[in-house]
Amino acid sequence: MILLAIVLCPLTGALLLGAIGHRRGAAHLNILFSFLTFGISLLLVRQVFTTGPVTGGAEQLFSDGFSAIFVVLTGGVAATTSLFSLRYMAIEKTHGHLTPERTRLYLALYQVFVLTMLVVLVSNNLGLLWVSLEGATLATVLLVAWTRTPASVKAAWKYFILCGVGIALALFGTILLYFASEKTLGPGGTALLWTHLDSVKSSLEPTVIGLAFIFFIVGYGTKVGLVPLHSWLPDAHAEGPTPISAVLSGLLLNVALYAILRVKVLADASLHNALTSHLLMAFGLVSVLLASLSMWKRQDIKRLFAYSSIEHMGLATFAFGLGGPVGAFAGLLHMTAHSLIKSAIFFVVGHVVQTSGSQKIPDIRNIADRTPDLARALTVGGLAITGLPPFAIFASEFLILSAAVSRAPWTLPPLLLALLVTFGVIFRRIQEMTGGSDFPVPRPLHQPILTFFPIWIHFGLALFIGLFFPETVGLLYHQALLSVGLTHGQ
Amino acid sequence: MPPPLSQHLLANHLVGFLGSALLLSSFAMLALRRMTSLVRIFALQGVLLTLSTLAVAILSSESHLLFSALFTLVFKVVLLPAILFRLLDKLHIQGEVESLVNVPSTMVLGLGIVVFSFTLAAPISELASTVSKGLIGVGLASLLLSFLMMITRRKALTQVLGFLGMENALFFSAINATYGMPMVVELGVAFDVLVGTFVFGIFFFQIRETFESLDLKHMDTTSME
Repeated sequence: MILLAIVLCPLTGALLLGAIGHRRGAAHLNILFSFLTFGISLLLVRQVFTTGPVTGGAEQLFSDGFSAIFVVLTGGVAATTSLFSLRYMAIEKTHGHLTPERTRLYLALYQVFVLTMLVVLVSNNLGLLWVSLEGATLATVLLVAWTRTPASVKAAWKYFILCGVGIALALFGTILLYFASEKTLGPGGTALLWTHLDSVKSSLEPTVIGLAFIFFIVGYGTKVGLVPLHSWLPDAHAEGPTPISAVLSGLLLNVALYAILRVKVLADASLHNALTSHLLMAFGLVSVLLASLSMWKRQDIKRLFAYSSIEHMGLATFAFGLGGPVGAFAGLLHMTAHSLIKSAIFFVVGHVVQTSGSQKIPDIRNIADRTPDLARALTVGGLAITGLPPFAIFASEFLILSAAVSRAPWTLPPLLLALLVTFGVIFRRIQEMTGGSDFPVPRPLHQPILTFFPIWIHFGLALFIGLFFPETVGLLYHQALLSVGLTHGQ
Repeated sequence: MPPPLSQHLLANHLVGFLGSALLLSSFAMLALRRMTSLVRIFALQGVLLTLSTLAVAILSSESHLLFSALFTLVFKVVLLPAILFRLLDKLHIQGEVESLVNVPSTMVLGLGIVVFSFTLAAPISELASTVSKGLIGVGLASLLLSFLMMITRRKALTQVLGFLGMENALFFSAINATYGMPMVVELGVAFDVLVGTFVFGIFFFQIRETFESLDLKHMDTTSME
């Protein structure tokens, strides 16, 4: 019942906003639906953690602790982003970049995007999971091209083609998985259902599953932004409207990694070797290294933080590759923390770009004098994302490193180097942007409380998790990972 | 009652023949230059898919495949080509010709892909219990050939046809490996492809409006840092 509700809520929102999204107050309706979805997601997580996994919709929908955590994260960040997008779009309107028709397109597609991500998370059918993840690409591709500048159209096309190819490979993986499971579960609808697959996972044919996993990690890995399949990501993040950059980075990448992890559980049980762990570690490590080195020369603020997303998703992937109770816990915590902090950074960056009139770092100067509140928020964001204590990323990175020490010590030097480089680059750039010696004209932000509310909520949560990680939440995380079977080491 | 042996052999040959025709059509897509011919080949692939699904359905007496065949006929032979021809017409690019470089080397690369695919698919084919299990390699080869087409071509429309060719190859693989995916998944995939085609259509107009051409080389000159 509740699973149906969490799907129907954004669906209703999408249909309604598709019909009346051009009217006044439609943006508020978007916020209403987003928060309603968030409310239902909270109910879902409560039910899952008190009475166990929920199944619904003729077995097609399913949620256990692992997916419930992602559902809440998706619901929450989508809700605060809808608040940010209200302010962002209001300012865009005064700059004359908006027509009612395009507002309608934006709002309707925003709800469709939230819908597709939630369906990925609560889908019991791995085939429908694929359908929905492809749906998420389709919904966001028009949003990336939303400003219609040559660069944005080019970025969207690249995103479309690369993710289209990637996801086609993942469909081949799904076919192979079905091929293997059909032997034990019999033909028909049940052979792709997670609940059934989970019970027979150790008797699936290893050769086929191994091949399937390779197709899955390449296919869905394109969407996670794993190097070398990442080249769409910085373009799409930099050229799309900033609220979309925030949800792409904070949510879509997570959801794609979630899909890989589900398949990893099946593959591990069938293969009885470390193939999946080694693949995840390799992809993760290469992503961390290459992303951090690429940040060095970036002159575009949104692109800079897009590369930082590749780095952090690489870290999370690496952590799950390390595996074991500590590695998996660190990976899940890292995904949560990154999602909160990175989306808040994009909220700040959105307003920085709007008040500076450019997203090129050399053109952005004197933020501290012009808009001191934004400069403060940007600095806090920089502290949080580079993993300084006491923010949550410090905790997760510390756990990842300590898991690496015990399981793969040789990875420690490159990891530390990458973390150091990102720290240096991000701080240097933030300093350049906040400082400056010209005579700045102060540009006060209107409605500062509404503007900063979502930003400080996210940073506050990240701080809270980092400072006193509540024991109940820690237990929930462990329980979730245990129930899905991700805590087994190599 | 199983069909008599002679009929069985005939259908088996037919399935093999259709599979090789599909592989040939993927090669044709690599080398064809005219937009209209490319869309026609895509429609032909739809016909081949329909016939081979039908043949497998009769051979295996799996009745739900008859529905899949009908669906393929409507979706891939009628609906998608109609949308594509309409797009060609609206964009006035029916007669447009794409200049191709290195067709011979692309072909040689394609041959390598076919050998690789059959090697990769061999262990899967051995495990399969379907009547047309030998054709899984054909599906994988077509998938990678369409992928190759997307890499080598520089026009927006040819990239989309490569994308649709990939989907055809996936469908073919699913039919031959497992008699198709569960119906709900097959419908979902088709829905995505349909929406995707519409989005591509919207994109063509945006690209042309922005770059005054559907040739992606004009896009390459747009600097993005």
